[in-house]
Amino acid sequence: MKITAYIAKRLFYSIFVLLGLSMFIFTLSRVVPGDPARLALGPLAPQWAVDQLREKLHLNDPLPVQYVIWLMNALRGDLGESIVSKRPVSQDVLTFFPASFELVMFSTIISVPLAILIGALAGRRANSIFDNIVRVFSYVGIAVPTFVWAVLALFLFGYLWKVLPIMGQLSVGIRRPPVRTGMMSIDALLAGRWDAFVDHLKHMILPALCMSVGRIAQEARLLRAGIIENLKKDYIVAAISYGIPERRVMMTYLLKPSLIPMVSIMALDLASSMGGSFIIETIFNWPGFGRYGMWAMLNKDLNAVVASVMIVGIFFALFNILVDVIIAYLDPRIRVMERAS
Amino acid sequence: MNEQLIEIHDLYVNYKIYEGILKVLNGVEFRVGVKEKVGLIGESGCGKTTTMRSVMRILADNAIVPKGSILYKGRDILKMSEEEIQRIRRESISMIFQDPTAALNPVFTVGDQLMDVIKYSTKENLTKEEMKERAIKVLKEVALPDPERILKNYPIMLSGGMRQRICIAMALVSANELLIADEPGTNLDVTIQDQILRLIGRLVEERGTSIILISHALGTVKGLVDRVYVMYAGNMVEVAPTKELFSEPIHPYTIGLFKTVPKLTGGGIPEAIKGRIPDYINPPQGCRFFPRCEHAMPICKKEKPSLKSVGGGHEVACFLYE
Repeated sequence: MKITAYIAKRLFYSIFVLLGLSMFIFTLSRVVPGDPARLALGPLAPQWAVDQLREKLHLNDPLPVQYVIWLMNALRGDLGESIVSKRPVSQDVLTFFPASFELVMFSTIISVPLAILIGALAGRRANSIFDNIVRVFSYVGIAVPTFVWAVLALFLFGYLWKVLPIMGQLSVGIRRPPVRTGMMSIDALLAGRWDAFVDHLKHMILPALCMSVGRIAQEARLLRAGIIENLKKDYIVAAISYGIPERRVMMTYLLKPSLIPMVSIMALDLASSMGGSFIIETIFNWPGFGRYGMWAMLNKDLNAVVASVMIVGIFFALFNILVDVIIAYLDPRIRVMERAS
Repeated sequence: MNEQLIEIHDLYVNYKIYEGILKVLNGVEFRVGVKEKVGLIGESGCGKTTTMRSVMRILADNAIVPKGSILYKGRDILKMSEEEIQRIRRESISMIFQDPTAALNPVFTVGDQLMDVIKYSTKENLTKEEMKERAIKVLKEVALPDPERILKNYPIMLSGGMRQRICIAMALVSANELLIADEPGTNLDVTIQDQILRLIGRLVEERGTSIILISHALGTVKGLVDRVYVMYAGNMVEVAPTKELFSEPIHPYTIGLFKTVPKLTGGGIPEAIKGRIPDYINPPQGCRFFPRCEHAMPICKKEKPSLKSVGGGHEVACFLYE
């Protein structure tokens, strides 16, 4: 099977997953108690205004009808209006999503090479001092929630040793580059604004690092396990016995098969840091999508809630496909099985 | 036949595991001459593979060699520098692994793996084309059809017999002096196994290399080798020219081992040797076979018998013959 056909098949399946998710989250958002119209207008608004808003939001229609109306509009790119920001939700998405995406990607760029390096060394020298340090670091990294790292980072770098900015996306006095992609680092580069680019990168370091701790810990741990398991395999001993240099055996013959479990977890990590970024974004005052979604939920901003969940869901689905493609590249056994099915 | 290629003398190998120390090899004596064909038989777990892996210096990380020497043309492999042993692996000795499925890397094509072996087997700077040419040539040698296609295949796409042939091909690349075949074809059905053994026999004959054929199936070594070693629990207990060993085995273990072979003519279930291979953490003192031996004498519990000649190249490690 060609890779394009494979991707097409996967995309086709994810449509159903996303439809299911949209029904679920739509229903859930509609059945929780509290009148969103009343919440939006405040306790002092007259009843007729609330009724009018309910009519406008189709809140008086039966649930399936509301869903179909929402779906039809969503397919045209109209996700409704946010009752908090008073703007179209789609516009909010375009504003806030790229900022989070940028942060999560930056964290990926930091965490993946580090995880590979740490995991490979720990696996290669299993039970050495280095491995034991990594083991402790991994347990701590997986067990301690991100906000602890964030608070610690604030304390260390914002209070004791003021080397990195801890708030927002740009320092005061630096002009925002014109918005094109919504990812400020890219926008800065596109506008040729080197100063803004560097300053923005500095702002990303701490939040991205805090986001990366858990990911590095988990991914390094998986790679270590893979390496230890595969080191015992006959094909490694065989490669050594044919006189292939040890360095090459470790870097290719061992690393490639060992990366497979790590890569599949990477996708989940990436997507969940997208969904879980609200903590980091709140602490570091990052105007991102996680924070937006959280505000929407606290304010019962129905359209925004559904949109936030759906966008993260789409992101999740797409990254899963991407990772499956990467794994199929790494592991021919999966390719062969796909062909057979 | 006089010139020795490999001489193992008094080799001990231990494995450190969580429960303690496994004392596996217990003073192994073993010789292979230039162009000689030698068989090595014994039960699973008696140390055949450990002995051969010591020769290639590819023992597991937890293995310790407290004592002994492995001479390759008079030089001790155990004391060689990394470069020296690397050169032997690349140019002189090679091993066919027991399980071809495990010995081939599942995530690289046959071509990638085979060409890598070829690349390091020579000091010449080969181009990609030359490497491919050599790979095709060696695949033809092991009688694989359509080598061009096989080079592009992943191991999973090939049958067990084909994988075994590929393993042989990879070993052939660098086996210019000695080929160690560790139970080749054990996992395959008997017809394919027979083909594989014939193939190995023919290749060794054509190339004029020595071979060590390891097996726990007695029949497989019979037709292929000049001399057979019998191993029990980390010791060579008997060695003799093939014909003599099969007609007149004298060590009680060898005799017992031959009784376990099912005969086409005889009825019933063949006799098994009573007892099991010893626990390597606390192996019996003296002769390791005495707890299972029907001729055990007081001295067997105290002293370890060493290989002594009984004439005609026949040696045995047993106090019955001293």
